[in-house]
Amino acid sequence: MKFNKKRASALTALVASAALALSACGGGSDSDGGGSGSDGKSVSVTFLPKNLGNPYFDTSDKGGKAAVKEFGGKFAEVGPQEASPDAQVPFINTAAQQGVNALVVSANDPKAIGDALDEAREAGTKVVTFDSDVEPQFRDLFINQASAEGIAKVQVKMIAEQIGDKGQVAILSAAANATNQNTWIDLMKKDLAANHPDIEVVDTVYGNDDDQTSFDKTSALLQKYPNLKGIISPTTVGVAAAARYVSDSDFKGKVKVTGLGTPNQMREYVKNGTVDAFALWNPEDLGYLAAFAAKALVDGDITGKEGDKFTAGKLGDYTVGKDATVLLGDPFEFNKDNIGDFDF
Amino acid sequence: MTITTDPATTATRTYASYAKPLWQRVIATREFAVIALLLIVFFYSRSEVPAFDGPLTVYYLLLDLAPILLIALPMTLIIITGEIDLSVASTVGLSSVLVGDLHQHGWSIPSAAIAAIVVGILCGAFNGFLVAYVGLPSLAVTIGTLALYRGLAVGILGTTAVTDFPEKWTDLAKERIGDSSYPVIIIPFLVLAIFFVLLLHFTSFGRGVFDIGLNDEAAHFSGVNVARTKFLLFVMAGAVSAFAGVYFTLRFGSARGDNATGMELRVIAAVLLGGVSIFGGRGALHGVIAGVLLIGVISSALRLEDVTDNIINIIIGLLLVISVMSTSFLSVVTRATTGIKKRGGSRPDERQQLASAHTEGKNE
Repeated sequence: MKFNKKRASALTALVASAALALSACGGGSDSDGGGSGSDGKSVSVTFLPKNLGNPYFDTSDKGGKAAVKEFGGKFAEVGPQEASPDAQVPFINTAAQQGVNALVVSANDPKAIGDALDEAREAGTKVVTFDSDVEPQFRDLFINQASAEGIAKVQVKMIAEQIGDKGQVAILSAAANATNQNTWIDLMKKDLAANHPDIEVVDTVYGNDDDQTSFDKTSALLQKYPNLKGIISPTTVGVAAAARYVSDSDFKGKVKVTGLGTPNQMREYVKNGTVDAFALWNPEDLGYLAAFAAKALVDGDITGKEGDKFTAGKLGDYTVGKDATVLLGDPFEFNKDNIGDFDF
Repeated sequence: MTITTDPATTATRTYASYAKPLWQRVIATREFAVIALLLIVFFYSRSEVPAFDGPLTVYYLLLDLAPILLIALPMTLIIITGEIDLSVASTVGLSSVLVGDLHQHGWSIPSAAIAAIVVGILCGAFNGFLVAYVGLPSLAVTIGTLALYRGLAVGILGTTAVTDFPEKWTDLAKERIGDSSYPVIIIPFLVLAIFFVLLLHFTSFGRGVFDIGLNDEAAHFSGVNVARTKFLLFVMAGAVSAFAGVYFTLRFGSARGDNATGMELRVIAAVLLGGVSIFGGRGALHGVIAGVLLIGVISSALRLEDVTDNIINIIIGLLLVISVMSTSFLSVVTRATTGIKKRGGSRPDERQQLASAHTEGKNE
């Protein structure tokens, strides 16, 4: 819990003691918290995730905190309990009032928090979005966790490695009209056709990001295609459901499951050998990069122009791409050797 | 016929001579205590919390508090009658969704807003009908309609949100009065506040509101139309909540079924902090307004200190508990100092002191 500030606790003490004034005996004791002013030069960065208490954002904010510590800035993490745009607005307003140098935000709505972000920028705060973007005119920079090409590429690479570059595979997607899913699937199919001629995509089914539906679709796929070698599921719900089905069936070990998943959902199936590897970005690196990008903006090293370059500590050099976007890099592959390092 | 008055006698027979001394009646009221605490916290924050003294603080504070300030007005009257309305935040959500959905179907913002307010009035009328004319307990009725109106709100838009509002209107919701740091939303608030202050404290309708809270049967037999009064109050709450919903939607540029979830409790907490008795019969609007502002200032100052929301909630919760405890403490102290003994009833507060003052007056 963040109760580390002297003044905050003094204020709390004041409120509590002044509340006693309601008992008509007067005397809100004026406990002075002392004025430890901000040290002027260091860069203050506030992280505003979609909501607090979310392991994914706990991990990304951990990365951000580490980065801010590395460059000697002032780090704060604030956020609402519920992931709704109206709950994020007061925190954006607060950042503007505080005049923090940079606000790193994962948006609950691409548009609804736009005005508040604009006001913060007018007050001199640099706005960096990560994980979930707003419309480009509302922010200075977006840290993109992964490109569609990168996501498609790593999934093709994983399935090819796991099934020996040969055989039938199927795709378990989310909704049929999910734009990002369809983009990835198209790219994967092209990649497979061009570079892996012996792999055949026999079917694409949709689990609607519903656990039970995805589970049932996996079952149906395996009945329909007895020679199926692998399932690619580019959605965290789908890949976990598919892994669960395969793990409990005779297909365990014969059919490989891979896709985009989170370590906590997939840990069990990696440990019991159902899943060799799956991918996602590393949220810790994402937060780390976002913090360094924020500092680069504050220092004036970059402005968000295409081609701007900056260095993000241990992650190395980055270049700003189109629409003021910085790409974290290729998705991160999780396997039994590294899954223990992650908790989200 | 001439009425002769003896100035000497009337002077001695004022209320003041039977009740607590003047200083105590001014200083030792819950309303004054809340206002004093508000001032202390406000000026303490201004001097000690960096950025609190900035030009944006009051502006954001009022923008955030506006829906609560608005809804607290009718809520105060409802609680003074001894009833409660838990469905207000759901009405905000429903109104928000209606504005969004109607706008999506090509309605202009003003007509969508009017439609939402009409629906708000209907929501309030439904509550009021069940409470006032069917005679059901408002707690049960409005727990039901809390779920009902929220269900409708979520049902209409599902999990989607409408965020595509004309800038003219979303800007208006955040507009300032001239170059001041006061948002324009405080104008409708002030108008409504004056309306409710006049209604509660200066009309027979308002007198009736207090009477109902003290004893609704006695109020009924002394000529107060209890059912009509309650019904109208719920209708007002519905209308004001819907208006707050329209504002909420435009302010955040987002119409969602879950907008303002839990706001009813923030409103009620502020009303109670402002010195209104949850049992009815006692309260004043200036205390309530101070109560809302107090919670707002504390939240704002703590947030500026990067204190997280859950800790702010804990602090405000404690403040509320302390303030409610101190009420009992206050009445014990006043009884002890004024020598007025507690009589039969189970609620020791000013009512009995008032009653005793009256009887003593008559006996003379």
